[in-house]
Amino acid sequence: MMKSVEQKTLALNGNEAVAYAVKQSDVDVVAAYPITPQTIIVERFSEYVANGEVETAFVCTESEHSALTACLAASLTGARTFTASASAGLALMHEMLFVTSGCRAPVVMAIANRALSAPINIHGDQSDTMAQRDSGWIQIYAENAQEVYDSIIQAFRIAEHPDVLLPAMVCLDGFQLSHSVENVNVLPDEVVKKFVGVRQYPMVLTHEGKMVPLKLDPENPMTMGPLAFPNYYFEFKRQQEEAMKVALRVIREVHDEYAKISGRSYGDGLLDSYFLEDAEIAIVCLGSTAGTVKTVVDELRAEGIKAGLLRMRTFRPLPVDGIKKVLGHVKAVAVMDKSMSFGGFGGAVFHEVRHALYDLDKKPFVVNYIYGLGGRDTSPMQIRGIYNDLQEILAKGRVETPVKYVGLRE
Amino acid sequence: MTSQEKGWKEISIAAICWKPSTEFLTGDWKTYKPVRDLEKCTKCLLCAIFCPDGAIQWKPEKEDIEFDYNFCKGCGICANECPVKAIEMKLE
Repeated sequence: MMKSVEQKTLALNGNEAVAYAVKQSDVDVVAAYPITPQTIIVERFSEYVANGEVETAFVCTESEHSALTACLAASLTGARTFTASASAGLALMHEMLFVTSGCRAPVVMAIANRALSAPINIHGDQSDTMAQRDSGWIQIYAENAQEVYDSIIQAFRIAEHPDVLLPAMVCLDGFQLSHSVENVNVLPDEVVKKFVGVRQYPMVLTHEGKMVPLKLDPENPMTMGPLAFPNYYFEFKRQQEEAMKVALRVIREVHDEYAKISGRSYGDGLLDSYFLEDAEIAIVCLGSTAGTVKTVVDELRAEGIKAGLLRMRTFRPLPVDGIKKVLGHVKAVAVMDKSMSFGGFGGAVFHEVRHALYDLDKKPFVVNYIYGLGGRDTSPMQIRGIYNDLQEILAKGRVETPVKYVGLRE
Repeated sequence: MTSQEKGWKEISIAAICWKPSTEFLTGDWKTYKPVRDLEKCTKCLLCAIFCPDGAIQWKPEKEDIEFDYNFCKGCGICANECPVKAIEMKLE
């Protein structure tokens, strides 16, 4: 990979990598409420504020609902806005997540993924963000602290793109990423500032009959967040869906542009494939688990087994065409879900991947593995067990149990 | 829905209103309509102050108030607040 910009290496955990990226991204407003395992993000950032290293307005709110409401309002005035949350905090934001996406406010939020209560658990799984997958937010899942740093910077550009204008979540696995220190290469401040640039606004027609930039401005008054009756509500929702489709392109473009500057890339920005080209069996997963799976793929490849991995970096918007393209030739696919859809047929990622492959003439077997709930560790041996299951499915030519649990005591 | 209503590609994003609120008539929401007894009314204007829709306006040329039935939703607050009970809510 080419490296066009000189970078320094810092020892940062995932949360610190977020805070550092936000510090460099020329953010106007941060409003937040602390929750484990996200707390370090806002703590570090508040130190930057206290030290005068940033000019950001920092708002301490009384709840996550208020934090996102403050971010939404700030974003609608045209400000670049950031917040962070997890688990119950994200759940408390639920109402405002939809208002933020519906108002087309490009707020960027880091989520240190954590299990939902009850029973109460502070450890990492993806139940919190999967429960918000239909809230109209872009969702990017990072594999390591380096990607967390890179993704936060990219997220501002993606969210604020005038043809996208959607809020974006960057998800990092609680503790595995949020609290584990890694070497992180960081770009110079001025390079990041230039990359994120100044926020641009699309033009909208207001009640005064004028075309003006979409931001709250006393010189050009407009009504935001109004009532929409059955005769128009549907059309506004269709616009959000279109913005998600545009985001598929913009995420790739921003990723590629960033790769040229940093020398780092993650697949095509949407999907990150590992030994998939000639794979017969493959695992699909999100986030830090991919690191463990890659180790196992290396071992299996050394043994002559054609194993591969698809890490979905972007879950919303869902890269359907890409999934079909990279998995279509695989014979058996195991989708790993770090959350449950109670009463459904497997987990959320399984739903989407299996669904995306349904239209293919020749479909792989697709099975589901629920794993890691409440922060339970998943070992390379367990991953190996999944690949063994896939080989068994191919040998038998049928699936006996489509949904299984990894590391669960019976 | 009528054919004059616009498609999703034609309307402002984020539901920004492209018409002023005065073009969205809400008067047909009401079941009961305020009717004033001119003999009782003292023109104290409390009704105009309390009207949540601004549908009661002072008309200087008439030196009197006027109900704007295009926007009155029939909530009855004016009748409730009137100190001389000059406003009656009548079924439309």
